[in-house]
Amino acid sequence: MDDFIAARSQMALSLGFHIIFSCIGMVMPFFMAVSHYKWLKTNDEVYKNLTKAWSKGVAIFFATGAVSGTMLSFELGLLWPKFMDHAGPIFGMPFSLEGTAFFIEAIALGFFLYGWNKLNKWFHWFTGMVVGVSGLASGILVVAANAWMNSPAGFDFVNGQYLNIDPIQAMFNKAWFSQALHMCLAAFTATGFAVAGVHALMILRNRNAYFHLKAFKIAAVFACIAAVLQPLSGDISAKDVAKRQPAKLAAMEALYKTEKPAPLLIGGIVNEKDKTVTGAIKIPGALSFLAHGDFKAEVKGLDQIPENEHPPVAITHYAFQIMVGIGTLLLLISLTYFFILFKKKPLTEKRWLLKLFVLAIPLGYLALEAGWVVTEVGRQPWIIYGIMHTKDAVTPMPGIAYSFYIFSAIYISLSIIVTFLLYRQIKMVPVLYHKDESNSN
Amino acid sequence: MKEVVITFLCMAILLYFLLGGADFGAGIIELFTSTKNRSRTRKTMYHAIGPVWEANHMWLIIAIVILFVGFPFIYTTMSVYLHIPLAIMLIGIIARGTAFVFRHYDAVKDDMQWLYNRIFRYSSFVTALFLGIIAGSLISGHIDSQATDFYTAYISGWLNWFSVAVGFFTVSLCGFLAAIYLIGETTEAHDKRRFIKKAKFMNVAAVVFGAMVFIAAQRDKIPLIDWVFKSNVGLSAIILASISLVLLWYLLIKGKTKVLRILAGFQVTMILLAISYAHFPNFIRLKSGDAISLLETAGPEKTIYSLGLALLLGSILILPFLGYLFYKFQKKEE
Repeated sequence: MDDFIAARSQMALSLGFHIIFSCIGMVMPFFMAVSHYKWLKTNDEVYKNLTKAWSKGVAIFFATGAVSGTMLSFELGLLWPKFMDHAGPIFGMPFSLEGTAFFIEAIALGFFLYGWNKLNKWFHWFTGMVVGVSGLASGILVVAANAWMNSPAGFDFVNGQYLNIDPIQAMFNKAWFSQALHMCLAAFTATGFAVAGVHALMILRNRNAYFHLKAFKIAAVFACIAAVLQPLSGDISAKDVAKRQPAKLAAMEALYKTEKPAPLLIGGIVNEKDKTVTGAIKIPGALSFLAHGDFKAEVKGLDQIPENEHPPVAITHYAFQIMVGIGTLLLLISLTYFFILFKKKPLTEKRWLLKLFVLAIPLGYLALEAGWVVTEVGRQPWIIYGIMHTKDAVTPMPGIAYSFYIFSAIYISLSIIVTFLLYRQIKMVPVLYHKDESNSN
Repeated sequence: MKEVVITFLCMAILLYFLLGGADFGAGIIELFTSTKNRSRTRKTMYHAIGPVWEANHMWLIIAIVILFVGFPFIYTTMSVYLHIPLAIMLIGIIARGTAFVFRHYDAVKDDMQWLYNRIFRYSSFVTALFLGIIAGSLISGHIDSQATDFYTAYISGWLNWFSVAVGFFTVSLCGFLAAIYLIGETTEAHDKRRFIKKAKFMNVAAVVFGAMVFIAAQRDKIPLIDWVFKSNVGLSAIILASISLVLLWYLLIKGKTKVLRILAGFQVTMILLAISYAHFPNFIRLKSGDAISLLETAGPEKTIYSLGLALLLGSILILPFLGYLFYKFQKKEE
């Protein structure tokens, strides 16, 4: 395996893994805080048990997210030293703030996990909230740093020199808001559907249905609100990308030729050699509308971009289709759920709806990963858009392929163990929470 | 502002060494505990470091962020020439960080515990060893940025007598810190005696490996003796460390736990100071005889300014909250 490809694969793997774990770690504390709040207000024991059960999940995911995040902070240098040489001082601001947010999250988690019966009950609840808020802040800051790679700002690039560096301006680059908003909503959607789905499965199997129904309702509300808001955020992102990164937009839609008006392609097989797409459903003018808010506007195709600056079209296009397809499906499930809530029909009678939620367990994460592929692969061949090529940033050390194999093995085993641990946590719910309270800890 | 940022960097490295080091040490202590006492050690350890477990490892993140934002040349030089030991250390960090949490949060306590425990113990040892090797390599002067072959560029920079000796010295210091910490975390007289014994064992090991570091330095032609004994600060630090060694043994025999902790932390701080003061502000010594200095390679002014501001602001938020965490969960005398 070529060193450059190995380095890219390792980075993709590490990020792909970290994204899932850190999203769960940043969203679940909010579910936990709601349930905790209900316990403090209603004194219904089931909420206390639920809070404890979820907090164990948070602990597992936080630990995994923390070590994979530590790994990434080193990996930036281990794999892309030439990038970090220049980029570090420019886009480092969000990372230095993220250090603080992450630290506070870790301290708050210590208080929360070990604070049962030791802290004032509202201070205890507050520490749980702090875990969520600082986690979310970390997420936003890290995405702001990534946004800088898509939309470099805060320096002048003169004759290969990076001059007049302004880290604050770099942090508030043009892409930070649309990317951070989209990522946060995606995190809530994906985690919400995954958690709700697992509890829906337990309700369907009729195991501790009361416990799982409470859990389901909390997670589902978060998931469905986020899923309904996500298309709006997607629209902001699409218009933003059309303006800043026309090559990425063209790749997302496999638009090889500039068109006015441009159709929206749904699905289709991309042939990168012949630069054609076959079998796609075309909606006339829709891409013009999505990109520029006007059904007749011109959309720049790949023909207007030098060939050596084309991102991989097929991967970006397929990933985009997967993301939008799943997003639409989750939106429909959410609307249905709200309709049923509005009609005040008992959920346990709507087994088909619960089954839909079970189906959606992996879907949110699939969409999240696909969306991330769109951003990252769609940025290629640039590591700093328009400034530095990814291949110029890679480490001079040979043999990165071995490193890739080793870390792949580690991440795969970690994923298996974490899944196994969660399975056991769920399996043990009746034993842990419906027996003697003092045994659970 | 440069001074502020460098102070924070030194503080983060020191605190990682003391607090993270004690965490590594806990795994190392477990490794050197007889099978029949292991579950007791584990229990004490869990109560002692559980609440502060994640926070202790944040210092590494703070240090690395300061390096890559403020001193990118140092960060990338390390990343390129110490790629292999850094990767091994990271594998260790991943393995022990997850194993520690997994073994506690596995809802079913069965044979999987055997696996988690194994992973935790061995990876604690490996992580501390490679942390020390990396630290040793930075000052060993073996890193060759002009190397043309793989071995000189990526292996001999860290695989040398001095770096490895510093690695084992670090392992024994971590074990020592953990043992001292654990003495104060147990109320059982039997466990107290065990941890005191471990602390003595680790302290002897530290003295032995410390001597090896000097021998290895001689062999690798590293002027360690000059650094330590020819500067007033280095000399005072090493004298203070030696005095505290005598005091430590006295207190160990007396079993005074709270003072012991402070003294052990002080001793390790003095050792770090003695080794690093002479070549400060140089961070990496290269084979060519050049050195990479913190002062000379600091990033642009605006970056350092905003980094310093972020760190000051962060510490206002972090330190009181962290202090309260330590205070709240310390073992109360019962």
